[in-house]
Amino acid sequence: MSDAVIATMDRRPMPGMKVYNKKLGMWIFLLSEVMFFTSLIGSYVILRFAHPDHWTDPGTVLNVPLTAVNTFFLICSSVTMVKAFAAIQQGDQKGLQRWLLATILIGAAFVGIQVVEYMALSGEGFVPMLDSYHAVGRGNPHEGPSLGGPLYGATFYAMTGFHGAHVSIGVLCLIFVYVRSLQGAYTADNLEGVEVIGLYWHFVDLVWILLFTIVYLI
Amino acid sequence: MSTTTATETHAEHVEHHDLGFIRTYIFSTDHKMIARQFLFSALMFLVLGGLLAVMIRWQLGFPGRPLPAFIQWIFPDTMAPSGIILPEFYNSLVTMHATFMIFFALMPLMAGVFGNLLIPLQIGAEDMAFPRINMVSFWIMPVAGVIMLASFFVEGGAAGAGWTSYAPLSTSGEWTGVYMGQILWLVSLIVLGFSSILGSLNYVSTVINMRAPGMTWFRIPLATWSLFITAWLLLLAIPILTGGLILLLADQTLGTAFFRPEGSGEPLLWQHIFWFFGHPEVYILILPAMGFVSEVISCRSRKPIFGYHSMVLALVSIAFLSWVVWGHHMFQSGMNPLLGMTFVLTTVVIAVPSAIKIFNWMGTLWRGNIHFDAPLLHAVAFVSLFIIGGLSGMFMAAAPVDIYIHDTYFIVAHLHYVLVGGSLFGIFAGIIYWYPKMFGRMMHEGLGKVHFFLSFLFYNLAFFPMHNLGVQGMMRRIYDPNQYEFLQGLQPLNTFISISIFCFASTQIIFAFNFLWSLRKGKVAGNNPWKSNTLLWTTPSPPPHGNFPEMPQVYRGPYEYSHPDREEDYWPQDEPPATADAGGQTAPAPTLEPVPGD
Repeated sequence: MSDAVIATMDRRPMPGMKVYNKKLGMWIFLLSEVMFFTSLIGSYVILRFAHPDHWTDPGTVLNVPLTAVNTFFLICSSVTMVKAFAAIQQGDQKGLQRWLLATILIGAAFVGIQVVEYMALSGEGFVPMLDSYHAVGRGNPHEGPSLGGPLYGATFYAMTGFHGAHVSIGVLCLIFVYVRSLQGAYTADNLEGVEVIGLYWHFVDLVWILLFTIVYLI
Repeated sequence: MSTTTATETHAEHVEHHDLGFIRTYIFSTDHKMIARQFLFSALMFLVLGGLLAVMIRWQLGFPGRPLPAFIQWIFPDTMAPSGIILPEFYNSLVTMHATFMIFFALMPLMAGVFGNLLIPLQIGAEDMAFPRINMVSFWIMPVAGVIMLASFFVEGGAAGAGWTSYAPLSTSGEWTGVYMGQILWLVSLIVLGFSSILGSLNYVSTVINMRAPGMTWFRIPLATWSLFITAWLLLLAIPILTGGLILLLADQTLGTAFFRPEGSGEPLLWQHIFWFFGHPEVYILILPAMGFVSEVISCRSRKPIFGYHSMVLALVSIAFLSWVVWGHHMFQSGMNPLLGMTFVLTTVVIAVPSAIKIFNWMGTLWRGNIHFDAPLLHAVAFVSLFIIGGLSGMFMAAAPVDIYIHDTYFIVAHLHYVLVGGSLFGIFAGIIYWYPKMFGRMMHEGLGKVHFFLSFLFYNLAFFPMHNLGVQGMMRRIYDPNQYEFLQGLQPLNTFISISIFCFASTQIIFAFNFLWSLRKGKVAGNNPWKSNTLLWTTPSPPPHGNFPEMPQVYRGPYEYSHPDREEDYWPQDEPPATADAGGQTAPAPTLEPVPGD
């Protein structure tokens, strides 16, 4: 099917919703993403209620201040994404490129900090594996009693890991959109790609606020 | 407006002649070609699943007897030394039969084939909302299928923990003797999940956004309605399964303990995740067939469908209820009795919309001008077998009864009444009914009838006695019931069932022959062989790329059969209403404007 026909299909007079196909499709896809994270978060809730002894007080194992900064970064990247979309709505291609680049860099920084965090935590024995879990408290990484249990590590890595994968995919998509924007592919009348990737990016951000709360703060 | 689209569609049509073999037949973005691709691959998996079932019944009908000499050579000593099926291989057979039938045969046959074929044609769209995503959604399925098939050839054999893969049985090869096979099973289903999600994303978007002018929500044919509702269920249920499969895969490969009790994991959590997906899945496997049957019954009895709105509402309410009943699979797993009672009630409530549908089908048939051809016969068989399957479901919905019959052959009988008697007969009805649109030729009517009557007979001979086996205590998935003294008396019945299954399986050769023979030699169908109303039948058979020469305008619902003011007993949805000389009884011509409220 040629691009011309696909483009006309988006503009048919029809008794549908007043939303173009790509945007509708992204909303529907995000609903299925909600269900995916629901399965992870639901498992977490059930495991934590069943085995409270596997968890410890917030901040004793996980590095909350570092992640709080990281959370702030991710929220900032949503702001820059909004600015990028606002720029192209005004037809400002330079602004679009600038804000997209900012979003990409902040998103990549988020993933990078998450990797650093993972390496530090696994070095302290906070791993998902049943057999090698031996987390020790913050401040005295070489002594002190083991904290929490393997379910803590397993659910932590499952939830934050899949979120990190979503951020990484988002960054890759943003790079794709950025390259296209450098070629001048988006204008005030043709900004569907920017809006759709923006929806995904805001969703990933929203999920993180939820995950940060339940994984790190509770 | 429609002229622009028409020219462009035409241009596209011309352009497609230059696409070459690969873009036309292999990596096609045309929804009708993708439907055909799904059809052929899913039918192959259906045959494979059927052969696995035959092997299961060989073991149960003739325990310990070597397989016939001419197929013994296929199986290495790790599966069936000197033709005798090993217990471990039997576990794999049971698991893979269910897996292939559910995920690789029934789901692609319903959502993949008919979702692709019917949705754009019935709502008057040129193609899906996202043709390229549609192509990707098909090509994921054979990849997953190959991974699943490969598991037969790895050390330890294919997965053997049942299609439900209950933890802790599935968490470690120590329990089943299957290591790599279980991992491949998990990977394959995770991959396949993307196919379902991408496909259903497409169906939902297409139905919402791609309808032709005048195609309001309550003028959408019931087949498309049912596929639309099914797509929602897939979209929301599959990610739950994917999440659970990933956690189980982590338990298998990384050494986590989400579901492993030795590490304080929760085996029951797996059951909750699985059945929270699994019960919507059950309706994913039956709702499309309900839609096909509604189309066929209305068309072949030349009457408007009885209670169109209640049919739609029943579909929607079944879909909603399917999310709150999963616990009825777990009465035996240990549950607060109060919670069990809740699940009993929600489950029993599903009988209401199901009964509404059944009475509506009967109301449609009642005093209709019934044409007893192959699609109608299959559709009526669907209704009657679904009643039996639905009623046996009521037994299981009641926790006290379920605790007695749980995991017995009563369950096997029930699910095969719903999935074979229901879904498969519905699929047969659909294939025969829409075959002319897919391939331009009719299937042979006489062979179709022979296939139907033999199938119906052997099907019931095979599966009805299973209720009896179950009530007498024969366990589901048991390798050799004769190891228990109290089951030894059931051996003659088991042998009888096995022979009936062999006959049922052989009968499908007639269908396969009919299907292939009609591709070349069937009667040329023309646009509208069944004299049906939906937009689908206004297109040439098979429809060209772009489907409609110009954008159709819809004036009425899809089931206006035998209208008293008309000579013909059907009234296509896109036929403009006659002017005032028809007695002023016709509906006013709708405009291009969308109807308010849509």
